Amino acid sequence: MPRLSATETARVQFRLNGRDTTAEAHPRMLLSDVLRHDVGATGTHVGCEHGVCGACTVLIDGVPARACLTLAVQAEGCDLRTVEGLADAGDGALSPLQAAFREHFALQCGFCTAGILMSLDALFAADPDADEAAIRDTLSGHLCRCTGYTPIVRAALAARDRIKGGTTDA
Amino acid sequence: MKPASFDFVAARDMAEALAALREGGDAARVIAGGQSLVPMLNMRLATPATLVDISRIEELRRIESANGAVTIGAAVRQAELAAWPDLAVTLPLIHAALPWVGHMQTRSRGTVCGSVAHADPSAELPLCLLVLGGTVILRRHRRTREVPAEEFFLGMMSTDVAPGEMIAALSLPQARPGEGHAFAEVARRHGDFAIVSCAAKAGADGAVTLGVGGVADTPRLLELAADAAADPATRDDQLNEFAWSLGARDDLHATARYRRELVRRLGRKTIEEALSCRA
Repeated sequence: MPRLSATETARVQFRLNGRDTTAEAHPRMLLSDVLRHDVGATGTHVGCEHGVCGACTVLIDGVPARACLTLAVQAEGCDLRTVEGLADAGDGALSPLQAAFREHFALQCGFCTAGILMSLDALFAADPDADEAAIRDTLSGHLCRCTGYTPIVRAALAARDRIKGGTTDA
Repeated sequence: MKPASFDFVAARDMAEALAALREGGDAARVIAGGQSLVPMLNMRLATPATLVDISRIEELRRIESANGAVTIGAAVRQAELAAWPDLAVTLPLIHAALPWVGHMQTRSRGTVCGSVAHADPSAELPLCLLVLGGTVILRRHRRTREVPAEEFFLGMMSTDVAPGEMIAALSLPQARPGEGHAFAEVARRHGDFAIVSCAAKAGADGAVTLGVGGVADTPRLLELAADAAADPATRDDQLNEFAWSLGARDDLHATARYRRELVRRLGRKTIEEALSCRA
């Protein structure tokens, strides 16, 4: 697809949470908007739209990235994961990370939560032993306007231990 | 906060990219990671007619070291460079500075060359390029030119890249035995743009190049001779004069006076660190 016209939609194909997905998008459309409006995956939230707040963070080819700073057409052929992909698709059970957030009240209004979950999910996948400093560094890419960082860090630590097969302190 | 319309060219090789840029002239822009450009598009501070995506061009995705220099292609992401196993040894200044570049969620897509192309006066990578005395390799249809870093940055977000031209790579000199490097920054939140950032390179002979970002319209250099760098009184005098020469202004984030004080203190700290870590 070398040249896409500004006035016509292009067909963009990617995998979304393990499923082959097709969307129609003008070149100017952001991945965050196409996921929400075209695909219907509204778990990805839109905050600042200039890459500061982190609410729209999704995994692109396994790595956290801002959906609001990615053009949908750039996602062609990519493997995307959003917050919809975290819970068990069969019985809807929360992932250990989501469960820990619920138990530790690590979400107040919840607007920033989807992005934070995706960043932490990738962090623990890459480094199951991530320490609190690494967790805080990852969280520095997210703004929680409720300022609920203390329970968020606590939940992240609990989730890490649970994912490693350690204690469950629920 | 949505981009205006543009045509999009997903270039498969350099020939396609350069042809699209030539055709698009000054209404065409290059996009790779988009971490600096897409905010500009979203706020409609940039309204190109054509975007040329170079992120999938294989020859631009390489990091190569040869003849004492490291060449970083235009599609190399910041996270990829950070994960390059030779980085700490060959480019210790970049190794120290990369964790300060945005957040891991933006380094995952943002490119090294894209940050240089954007030329934000607070950005870390343009500052390091200048301190290391690197070169920007520019390509256009049938022509390649190499621009030294000190001639590349023309002003705030303004560079020597001409219409129809693109950054193909950066060339950075490898650290030589006996050199020391240091980086320090003060920002409102780790990962945000710097209020003041300092990068220093100490030569084996003890001479120091100090670069400061975040104060003037472009990163700026102070050269300290070995005896000046070694003598605290002379060093502080020169740092003070340098701090005043940068033309600091008050803004929302910091006063001019605070910025000058940061230049003096962070400057001293990075000079001392660079001198003391000489291998």
